[in-house]
Amino acid sequence: MPEFTAEELAAIGLSLRVAFWAMLGSLPFGILVALALARGRFWGKTFVDGLVHLPLVLPPVVTGYLLLLLFGRRGPIGELLEQSFGIVLAFRWTGAALAGAIMGFPLMVRAIRLSIETVDRRLEDAAGTLGANRFWVFALVTLPLTLPGIVAGMLLSFAKSLGEFGATITFVSNIPGQTQTLASAIYAYTQVPGGDAQALRLTFVSIVISMAALLASELLARRVRKRLAGD
Amino acid sequence: MIAGLLRPDSGRIVVDGTVLVDTARGIFVPKHRRRIGYVFQEPRLFPHLTVRHNLLFGRWFTAPAARREQFHDVVSLLGIEHLLDRRPGALSGGEKQRVAIGRALLASPRVLLMDEPLASLDAPRKDEILPYIERLRDEARIPIVYVSHSVAEVARLATSVVLMSDGRVDAVGPVAAVFGRLDLYPKTGRFEAGAVIEAEVAEHDQRFGLTYLDHAAGRITVPRLEVPKGARVRIRIRSRDVIVAVQRPAGISALNVLPGRIVEVARSDGPVQDLRIALSGDSILARVTQRSIVELGLEPGREVFAIVKSVAIESASTRLAPPSEEEGVPRLLDL
Repeated sequence: MPEFTAEELAAIGLSLRVAFWAMLGSLPFGILVALALARGRFWGKTFVDGLVHLPLVLPPVVTGYLLLLLFGRRGPIGELLEQSFGIVLAFRWTGAALAGAIMGFPLMVRAIRLSIETVDRRLEDAAGTLGANRFWVFALVTLPLTLPGIVAGMLLSFAKSLGEFGATITFVSNIPGQTQTLASAIYAYTQVPGGDAQALRLTFVSIVISMAALLASELLARRVRKRLAGD
Repeated sequence: MIAGLLRPDSGRIVVDGTVLVDTARGIFVPKHRRRIGYVFQEPRLFPHLTVRHNLLFGRWFTAPAARREQFHDVVSLLGIEHLLDRRPGALSGGEKQRVAIGRALLASPRVLLMDEPLASLDAPRKDEILPYIERLRDEARIPIVYVSHSVAEVARLATSVVLMSDGRVDAVGPVAAVFGRLDLYPKTGRFEAGAVIEAEVAEHDQRFGLTYLDHAAGRITVPRLEVPKGARVRIRIRSRDVIVAVQRPAGISALNVLPGRIVEVARSDGPVQDLRIALSGDSILARVTQRSIVELGLEPGREVFAIVKSVAIESASTRLAPPSEEEGVPRLLDL
């Protein structure tokens, strides 16, 4: 197999970076939203639930276009971010991470929420009688027991960001070396004559990365389960 | 409610002078500030932590000045040294419950609340844990509120008893006084009816495997007890194991023949009646038929002999008596 070109390497690196940050950046929000949906009783809960799941149902292009409207340099949030913090998301790799995070969010929240719902509330009561306030009960009991779901949610988010195409290309376009991820690079190669070989090579790389992520999360989940079951 | 897991509609809970709940004044201390050591029916150990970290969980939230229990004392009291580095998933039911007791104790609570801690265990596991709870009562200087449906457990462990049925308090008092009452047995179950008396170990009989106890009414013979001479023990004699005779019987296999006087005959319509027989200060209960009462003239004031087979005095109900002064009794709970 011939050496990768600089452009291909950039696409691989960018995809990994985007997926990693999309996963990590959405994790705190994912845990909070999952907690609110699993435990909270508040007005408009069904609406929040629907909102979280919207990216799963909407055509990705629509999500990308909405992101462009909101976070574009002239969008209300985008303008605020640029003026206040100098952060620009549109047509940058950070924007691709945001798009990936949004697209992976429903999957992450679902996995974590299911895991929170299986946590035995009686253990939390026990922790309370031992002197732990609500924050410490969450940090020392609920969160560790939710770990299997968190691991699964992180993997789903990572995988979704890695494969995300529609929203990304709409929001940040397909600029080689800047916003061109594996998916958009493969798409680009399939659109030019003679690009088949390169598209195939990147397809192979995608498979390897996806498999590695799956295996890593499975190993991690197994370790967590083993710990919870006792030595 | 004592621990703060439930909120009462109305009432007051005071532990050792500290008001935890007073609905009239709108006081409700949240559970994590109550310092009530709760031992649940099921162990509720944290599966992701080792036994050591389970035990230390409550300690992290206890101010250093308030820490009364020493880790090593509690661990050796409960016999769980060898389990410290394991996780709860690898423990037996009895071991888990011992760790749960230690965990509650190490939070240095004001009072230890044990809510049927043995109910989910089988008989051998119960026998494994009971001695530890007895040691806890005798050695850890902490009041224990022990909730149980088992009359045998209560007779063995309790200093004072609060008998409740249908959410109401039926009787309160020292264990011997409450179990010596005839009118309460419809509540506790007739099968379990039986009095609790205390006696002192006089000597052990190596040859026959017996222990002789001194009681004001006479010598009581029981199967051998593993307690030192001079120790006070508490025994429970169920009323259905007592025979009543109007003369001192001769040529009888039962070793315990105790003179006493009938003080009370329960009034009921059935063919079977309970008698209360005073034995120099204590009293025991005897269950006899209506026919015997009529034929032998068993009525209050009659001098009789209570006959108890030694083997009927179960070793399970025989234990070191707790200190008779009131120091072990929690001052709490006017609900």
